[in-house]
Amino acid sequence: MSSLSYAVSDTLVIAVRNLKRIPRQPDLLTAFTIQPIMFVLLFVYVFGGAIQVPAIYDDYTDFLIPGIVVQSMAFGGFVTAISITDDLNRGLIDRFRSLPMTQWAVVAGRTVADILTNLLSLVVMVVVGLIVGFSFTQPLPDVLLGILLMVVFGYAFSWVFAWVGLVSSSPETANAFGFIAIFPLTFVSSAFVPPESMPAAIQWFAEINPFSTVVDALRSLWIGGPAGNDVWASFAWAIGITIVFALITAHRYRNAVLSR
Amino acid sequence: MAGADQAAIETEGLRKSYKDVLALCGVDLRVEQGTVFGLLGPNGAGKTTAVRILTTLLPPSGGSARVSGLDVVSDAAELRSRIGLAGQYAAVDENLTGFENLEMVGRLYHMGRQPSRRRATELLERFDLTDAGGRVVKTYSGGMRRRLDLAAALVASPPVLFLDEPTTGLDPRSRIGLWETIEDHVAGGKTVLLTTQYLDEADRLADRIAVIDHGRLIAEGTSDELKDQIGGERIEVTLCNRDRVEDAIAALAEIADGPPGADDGVISVPIRARDGVIVDAVRRLDNAGVRVDDLAIRRPTLDDVFITLTGHLAEHENGDRGEAEPREPELEEARR
Ligand SMILES: Nc1ncnc2c1ncn2[C@@H]1O[C@H](COP(=O)(O)OP(=O)(O)O)[C@@H](O)[C@H]1O
Ligand SMILES: [Mg+2]
Repeated sequence: MSSLSYAVSDTLVIAVRNLKRIPRQPDLLTAFTIQPIMFVLLFVYVFGGAIQVPAIYDDYTDFLIPGIVVQSMAFGGFVTAISITDDLNRGLIDRFRSLPMTQWAVVAGRTVADILTNLLSLVVMVVVGLIVGFSFTQPLPDVLLGILLMVVFGYAFSWVFAWVGLVSSSPETANAFGFIAIFPLTFVSSAFVPPESMPAAIQWFAEINPFSTVVDALRSLWIGGPAGNDVWASFAWAIGITIVFALITAHRYRNAVLSR
Repeated sequence: MAGADQAAIETEGLRKSYKDVLALCGVDLRVEQGTVFGLLGPNGAGKTTAVRILTTLLPPSGGSARVSGLDVVSDAAELRSRIGLAGQYAAVDENLTGFENLEMVGRLYHMGRQPSRRRATELLERFDLTDAGGRVVKTYSGGMRRRLDLAAALVASPPVLFLDEPTTGLDPRSRIGLWETIEDHVAGGKTVLLTTQYLDEADRLADRIAVIDHGRLIAEGTSDELKDQIGGERIEVTLCNRDRVEDAIAALAEIADGPPGADDGVISVPIRARDGVIVDAVRRLDNAGVRVDDLAIRRPTLDDVFITLTGHLAEHENGDRGEAEPREPELEEARR
């Protein structure tokens, strides 16, 4: 076999390893299923009545579902951060590094596993969304392009979290990092509330926030509305984030393990 | 390529410093093929650092090291297919079963799916884990994890095997069980480098032993050669009154076979033969009017090695000693 096919097979072996672990860690399974359901229900029924949405959207549910899907996809990779710090602390990374495997497959396999769990959350959220009144209004190819965007975007954040996992000394640190740095970013965007309703400075940030670009792109692909360049800009963001974070993560992986 | 006369492990002036800590300062080692080599030293001596360098996990700061004829830095990628590592802490995935762990390691050695599975089944059986093989590792005891970790290191039958403190943290029974396992499975033609804090462990498992302290080798030889230097068995006396240490040493001077040691009201005297020595010692102490709380024959420990070789007790980091010491008498018991 060539080194490329070894790299692919090593990545898949690690991805399978990570997927097998999920049903055995019930808290993880909850994170992928119950949590998105709760978010949808909370926003629709608790905040929904109080939030005014632009007239082009039927109601808050239609406005909300794409936003909440984007947020969940961004956070799907969070498990990657936790698992990587855990593997580092338990010495598993040492074992992997002593094996003749492709070294970066340890991280790549972890992020590939996220694609499947992200799809699981996506399905759960869309089903719950449909139950509480969301409906797709755009043609099927657009809807599917939206799903593809979510896969690519979620994958980009898996690399962000892989890096977070490597720079964190413990799963708790990784946790704090995720919630302090990335959670607010998703809120100061067009995901849950139209930016027009925010104070000027925050509105300015919400409008340049790439999360808003991605949320707006998904809205236009699923329920219509002005897209502008959002769709292509979103793919560009996602691919850019993936490349940048894959590179700094690969670099950091070498140093993180060597400095231990 | 690995000729018959080539050493399995060879280091020259190996050095490693972490920022301001000098962990290894010029270590020269030669381990012949097919032998078991014990690297013996207290906590913080530099054992793990040496193992990590030899298994390509850590670059040396100076000197060179070759394993199986391959340089640990420039030939690292190729070397990894020829070594197996069981680190200081069992590195197995808690959320996979024993079988899945071994299968995964086989796949990552690029053995293919079917051969990996066959090998996993075979190793589970050899390590007495067949019944537990389908359970997630979370449910395993410490001893089972160590066995699984060892099995993982053996998946590809690597010619050179590294075991970093393979029995630390195990209770005496599991420890002896693991020794037997190591003896049965690793010695057959393979080269093994194992590190340990326990002289009895090195004594039992290793053909040659090197003693390491503060990153330097302070002695090297077969276990008999080392024991000649240290002086075999010792009698250890716990005194009722610690002010009488000098008197007790004087009373036992005639049966001593080397310099005695004293630590906190416990004296330790090397002896020649154990026959009748207890009765003799009690009589002598009694005659000298020294009251004895406890008295036992003990094999030399790492501390004795250090007293003999360096004239001081090994400085243990993070109070590890408290954990290590009480084991010795129990082991004596188990061995008889
Ligand atoms: N990553 C590290 N950074 C700084 N110092 C370290 C690091 N790893 C080990 N050391 C230090 O190097 C010395 C040797 O450590 P180690 O090789 O782990 O010893 P041993 O395995 O014999 O207990 C110790 O003083 C230890 O504190
Ligand atoms: Mg160590």
